Amino acid sequence: MTPAAGAGADPIRVLLAKPGLDGHDVGAKLVCRALMEAGMEVIYTGLRQSPAAIAAVAMQEDVDVVGLSILSGAHVPLCRKIAEALRSAGVREQVVWIVGGNVPPRDHAALRDMGVDGVFPTGAPFDSIVEFIRGRVRP
Amino acid sequence: MTEPKDARTAAKPPAPDEPSPCVWESGLAIKPVYTAADVEASGGAEAIGLPGEYPYARGIHPLMYRKRPWTMRQYSGFGTAAETHERFLYLIRHGQTGLNVAFDLPTQCGFDSDDPMAEGEVGRVGMAVDTLADVEEAFEGIDLNRITVSLTINGAAVPVMAMYFAMARKRGYDLATLHGTAQNDILKEFIGRGTWIFPVEPSVRLVGDTMEFCARHAPKYSPVSVCGYHIRESGATPAQEMAYGLSIAASYVDHVLARGIGIDAIAPGLSFNFDIHGNLWEQVAKFRAGRRLWAKMMKETYGARDPRSLQLRMIAGGGGGGLTIQQPENNIVRGAYYALASALGGTQTMALCSYDEAYTIPSERAARLSLRTMQILMHETGLADTVDPLAGSWFVESTTNEMERLIEALMEEVKSRGGMIRAVAEGWVQAEVNRQAYEREKLIRAGAVPKVGVNCFEEEEAGPDVEMHPYREEETGRQIERLRRVRRERSGEAVRACLARVRAAADNGENVMPPVMDAVEAYATVGEVCEALRQVFGNYREPVRF
Repeated sequence: MTPAAGAGADPIRVLLAKPGLDGHDVGAKLVCRALMEAGMEVIYTGLRQSPAAIAAVAMQEDVDVVGLSILSGAHVPLCRKIAEALRSAGVREQVVWIVGGNVPPRDHAALRDMGVDGVFPTGAPFDSIVEFIRGRVRP
Repeated sequence: MTEPKDARTAAKPPAPDEPSPCVWESGLAIKPVYTAADVEASGGAEAIGLPGEYPYARGIHPLMYRKRPWTMRQYSGFGTAAETHERFLYLIRHGQTGLNVAFDLPTQCGFDSDDPMAEGEVGRVGMAVDTLADVEEAFEGIDLNRITVSLTINGAAVPVMAMYFAMARKRGYDLATLHGTAQNDILKEFIGRGTWIFPVEPSVRLVGDTMEFCARHAPKYSPVSVCGYHIRESGATPAQEMAYGLSIAASYVDHVLARGIGIDAIAPGLSFNFDIHGNLWEQVAKFRAGRRLWAKMMKETYGARDPRSLQLRMIAGGGGGGLTIQQPENNIVRGAYYALASALGGTQTMALCSYDEAYTIPSERAARLSLRTMQILMHETGLADTVDPLAGSWFVESTTNEMERLIEALMEEVKSRGGMIRAVAEGWVQAEVNRQAYEREKLIRAGAVPKVGVNCFEEEEAGPDVEMHPYREEETGRQIERLRRVRRERSGEAVRACLARVRAAADNGENVMPPVMDAVEAYATVGEVCEALRQVFGNYREPVRF
């Protein structure tokens, strides 16, 4: 794995997950590669992860960032369950939580109210995701 | 809102006297001018032939659209069977000639609407189907042999196809003459799309069970539509799309041949589903080369004799991967060009992604516009005047020859990996496609591949001007209530006995279709049938590669 740009610093650790039944994983995999090229360590879960499983991996792997990719339109109910799962795993306050995929602007506020820190709809520049993570994790 | 962002976005003109380099996504370098010498150098003109004649480069029928327009079959379905039924009737009223059914994710992944895994997803990206009652309601009053139905179902194809057959039988259709198609291509689900349920090998065996069942009992029905489409949507080049699609088809054929069924009983039931976005000429060459390769493979490798075995029948449509979130109305124009590629490529069936599809379930208006796009192309432009109008073009014939060789080389590579089943189980194909997707995305993001509204001619946008499909959460409650009512009213004992026979058949290698037909006729659910099969086969574990 490529070392982080900042000399000596531990790389930022990111968990990317596909919750629910949505099988569209092209975007998630592209973001995985882009974050790795930016020097981050990335753990990708694969498809159909339950909220509890995502929260458990976030805790065990001691990640800085939890990223979800959802293109099925089910982001509101799924994020509601994942917020709960992250809270019961005790990691909600320690991680930066971002969501990407087919998320229309009308739902952004609802996600932020649940505690989502950043929303990156389909087509968002990779750089904007990298910058956002760097700004939040190691400001 | 419509002002250009800045002057940098205007395309740069090439230097004078210097042709800009042109390389297709599949890797072919394209010359500025073609002559007869290029056709000769690329393999000659012998394989051009005539439409309706081997090796079918010019189309599988002698008269193509002069005799019969392509079938127009928009992908549609959402909410409950009742809501979907209404949309079906709407599309048929407006001239649609086939149906292409979208199922919701719980149905596609083999979960009932009241399963915890289904929470938040019931009826969202397609119609919810739990039992035969839903299938009966969705197709009520529709003449199944006049409006042919394509079921976009893969992992859960066994119970859903069985429900479709059971519904048809109850309505008095004879399976021996029933027409229609199921997608039922599980190998591509492992590469892209992701609605797998069982591990790779038993999944292929289930596809084999449906093919064998149809060969024996429903010979006019097409049990499998092999999809290069979703492989392309996942990032593959057009040449990879065709090569992997044909290789998948060969895997299913090999599997069913081993059961002692003849090639001419299997091959006519296979159809194909390919994508149409990207370079127009590249798609046309892909289709013409693909038809030739399929015909040659069926004849030379498998010894097929029935002309229907040699003819690559297809739906060429969609194009979602080419549509953009930005400036969504541009997608209407893209759709028209994609339709042209499909028609010039010689398709039998067409469907177009609607312009709002990057945002939402298409509105009635958007779906109708896609239908009108196809109708205008067919009826107003002269497209149907003559068969394969591009034939004999030095450029088109040269690139068809070259694409054929590229595709063939990719198919050889799959063979050298032990065939498609192994290449998928080991995650090799997935890794190839993912790598290609990333390379392409980098080119688009760097502006090296122009995409209007994305990396050139951008606009500041206030927000999309699309009508969002309302997701009615109360419909989930209604669907669950309906499912529970069916469960209360059916004979629990009969269902248990049927499911035990499904498990037994799965376990001892008998064809599961007959017991599954009995089970769904007793109103067993999609989830129950899939659970019975899961108990025998287990769940697929995804090799996570990116």
